[in-house]
Amino acid sequence: MNKIKCECGHVNPEGTVLCEACGKPVEGNQHIDGNDQRKLLNMRYDGSARRSQTYNKSIIDKIWNFFSSVKVGVWLIVLALAASAIGTIFPQEQYIPADAPSRDPSVFYEAQYGTLGQIYYQLGFHNLYESWWYMLLIALIGVSLVICSIDRFVPLYKALKMQKPKRHTTFLKRQRLFSETEHVTADEKDKLVSGLKKQRYKVREENGHVLAEKGRFSRWGPYVNHIGLIIVLIAALLRMTPFMYLDEYVWVREGEQTVIPGTEGEYYIKNKKFILETYDKNDERFKEAIEMQGNVAKNYQTNAVIYKEKGETVAGADPELEKVTEDKIRMNHPLKFAGYTLYQAGYQQNEFKSMTFKIHKTDDPDEASLGSFTIDLTEPKDEYQLDNGFSVDVTQYYPDYELEDEEPASKTNFPRNPAFVLTVHPPGNEEPEMSFVGIGKNVDATGENDYKLGIEDFETRYASGLTVRRDYTLPLFIIGAVIFMIGVIQGMYWQHRRIWLHPTKEGIMVAGHTNKNWFGLKKDIEQVIADTNVNMVDDQLDTD
Amino acid sequence: MDSLIDVSSTMLYTAFILYLIATFFFGATIRDKNKSSTKGAGVSGKIGITITIIGFLAQIVYFITRWMASGHAPVSNLFEFMTFFGMALVFAFIILYFIYKLNILGLFALPVAMIVIAYASMFPTEIAPLVPSLQSNWLYIHVTTVSLGEAILSISFVAGLIYLIRQIDQSVRSKRTTWLEIVLLSLFIFVGFSIISTSFNLSGYSAEFEYSFNGETVTTDYHLPPIAGPNEGELLTGDRMNPLFDAPAWMKGVDAARKFNTVIWSVLTGLVLYGLARLILRKRVGAAIQPFLRKAKPDMLDEISYRAVAIGFPVFTLGGLIFAAIWAQLAWDRFWGWDPKEVWALVTWLFYAAFLHLRLSRGWHGEKSAWLAVGGFAIIMFNLIAVNLVLAGLHSYA
Repeated sequence: MNKIKCECGHVNPEGTVLCEACGKPVEGNQHIDGNDQRKLLNMRYDGSARRSQTYNKSIIDKIWNFFSSVKVGVWLIVLALAASAIGTIFPQEQYIPADAPSRDPSVFYEAQYGTLGQIYYQLGFHNLYESWWYMLLIALIGVSLVICSIDRFVPLYKALKMQKPKRHTTFLKRQRLFSETEHVTADEKDKLVSGLKKQRYKVREENGHVLAEKGRFSRWGPYVNHIGLIIVLIAALLRMTPFMYLDEYVWVREGEQTVIPGTEGEYYIKNKKFILETYDKNDERFKEAIEMQGNVAKNYQTNAVIYKEKGETVAGADPELEKVTEDKIRMNHPLKFAGYTLYQAGYQQNEFKSMTFKIHKTDDPDEASLGSFTIDLTEPKDEYQLDNGFSVDVTQYYPDYELEDEEPASKTNFPRNPAFVLTVHPPGNEEPEMSFVGIGKNVDATGENDYKLGIEDFETRYASGLTVRRDYTLPLFIIGAVIFMIGVIQGMYWQHRRIWLHPTKEGIMVAGHTNKNWFGLKKDIEQVIADTNVNMVDDQLDTD
Repeated sequence: MDSLIDVSSTMLYTAFILYLIATFFFGATIRDKNKSSTKGAGVSGKIGITITIIGFLAQIVYFITRWMASGHAPVSNLFEFMTFFGMALVFAFIILYFIYKLNILGLFALPVAMIVIAYASMFPTEIAPLVPSLQSNWLYIHVTTVSLGEAILSISFVAGLIYLIRQIDQSVRSKRTTWLEIVLLSLFIFVGFSIISTSFNLSGYSAEFEYSFNGETVTTDYHLPPIAGPNEGELLTGDRMNPLFDAPAWMKGVDAARKFNTVIWSVLTGLVLYGLARLILRKRVGAAIQPFLRKAKPDMLDEISYRAVAIGFPVFTLGGLIFAAIWAQLAWDRFWGWDPKEVWALVTWLFYAAFLHLRLSRGWHGEKSAWLAVGGFAIIMFNLIAVNLVLAGLHSYA
């Protein structure tokens, strides 16, 4: 390495633009920060030697230099911004409305949005945020963050540590804020120093040369917030692994108990009751709004009990359970146990629990019951024996009946619209008869049945939909976010202000630099020179 | 109960009027003899900021009384949210005024806040109950922080706009003058929206339509004469004009056609207002304002614009991303779900991150930076208004 020795005696690393100690521009390196073009010195990173600006030979140098450029970083940000915005033109796959005629993305986008929708789908924009290229973009931003930070932090840290109160006059004259005063008394110089101290500047003196500095730590803000961002990105990466992040969904009917998916059969949940409340229509406060928009839900709640399996499981046998906790699960109030979290996510109203049918003679206008039976829809039996000698076979059961291409079928396995094909065996040796019965449906297969089935009663209940989560990455996200906020506040709400006092023969030079808020720095200097003859600094930006 | 709501709306009205009066005092500072726009506020400036603060306090009273009346913080629908955003704008202005004592900032910031409040009051103002997902303290923690952040970022726009009007060469017509006129025109459109809605509301205009929405027949009530009717809709109210054309079928949201119709009316009214302004002024609106801004120092405006971003960015990150994520985690079991509003918060954040990085390089100070501030404000407004009305998602309740 070709170290550069400055006339002040300090040895600078190769690539230095401004001497770390005295700030004198290093000849031959001024093009790096564009100082050869202008009067004012470029004070970014204090003119320190950055790897990216110094070496450009090996392939590693080239990659390093590419990613260390803020310009490249900004381009990556802009690309991510544009891509993110594109993803909102049409809904993402997970936001296809539940009531859409077809939720199959290959159909939905074209049917709903025409050709544009079709193109959108074929380009994969319906799943944009999970696409490899979007993730790559975010990963590249991560790489850029790391390299940019290292490339700048190390030399900047060294330069600020090495700086000496005595600065080269060229350095001072080429600062944005500068003034020179011909005659200044020793008394006035002391006044300046005490003024600086009063404004809580850290003052260092060396043979009458003064460096007053305030808020240097704010220079580290960007690097701190970048560390925070890196942690967030790592957390997002870890979240893609099933061990760190578990996401399941479970339906539990009122009164039922079921194993919680994702817990390897260890935990069970019982839904004691599901509660759906709406706002009171007569509430004076909300009367008008409710009249306008109809009923408004007030609360969704599952009263749940969590059980843990005790001891070894015996295959086939019912597990022995131990109560872990009992609590209400509401929106905004999830239930936590043993690292898992349960969220109230959905509900199904009016799921059928049981149905009671009666048998009567087809030609009886009073439909007097000859006997009745109840089908438990959770476990329908194959055959029901009635006291009066009738028996009924359950020939077909459609829990969620619909006609599909003229054929009866079941949309789901949940008893939301139950329908049956029932075979009635009358007592004696009369012929068995087939009937199709459901809600609002009663069809006689042959049209010649002597007996008819009617729905006498039914019971419904709520099913509660709960999300099961275990997310070990959350603490990492939180740490990342906290570090980011600390860094960004540190960098934005404080400024690194420096004021140099440089005694000349009988007078003094004053120069000032800050990384932001020049207005504030000027006010500081104004106060420091008050009651002295020292000239106020000129803002040389106007003349640059 | 009713009296509380009355107090509340009176206070909002009072605040609006006070902001208007304060604007005139800030306007008067232009003619102040002493050319000390950077040193000290001057008499008119002092009166202006005092009235602004009184107006702000009146609006605080509006906020508190409405909170007392409804039992929840009034930030839960578009009216309440936009009003709060207007209040945050005034607050952000007050902060930056006390740092920089720049009177001209008030002359532009207060009208922007007033436009926002007038726009807000065109939406239903009834107190609505909260659905379960909104019943969380995070509702107001998130919403208040994010709108304060956005308001501070908007001050960056205000300073940037003043910079552009002050600096752009108006002697010849150029791309820059045209874009500046477009920015100003968009402000006219917001004013147009308020004027046209108010006038037809006062006249009690109503035309009912029936149309098919998701396979169901629904009705919608137009309060502005239908230029664009619902797609294949039928006019139910007699002796009302028939729509000139139907809204395109791909506009799917709830009442999309009616909102589209409102947009058409606002744009037309805005254009008429703008046209009148051009006729009266006989020059570009930017050119007409420019001479009044001679006293403002460009590098001071540039610094305020940058400083507002520096102050607003952390607040926005905290409210718009971090608090939002915490709430989403509690309410919807995921802290990030790529909902359009979330994505646009991310877009806003990325935009200002790019802005802050660009400020590191020399060429991006001054005019370019001012254009960026305008772009950032456009993104914020898009997120506040268009995302709710056009790209319905989880936040469409607001």
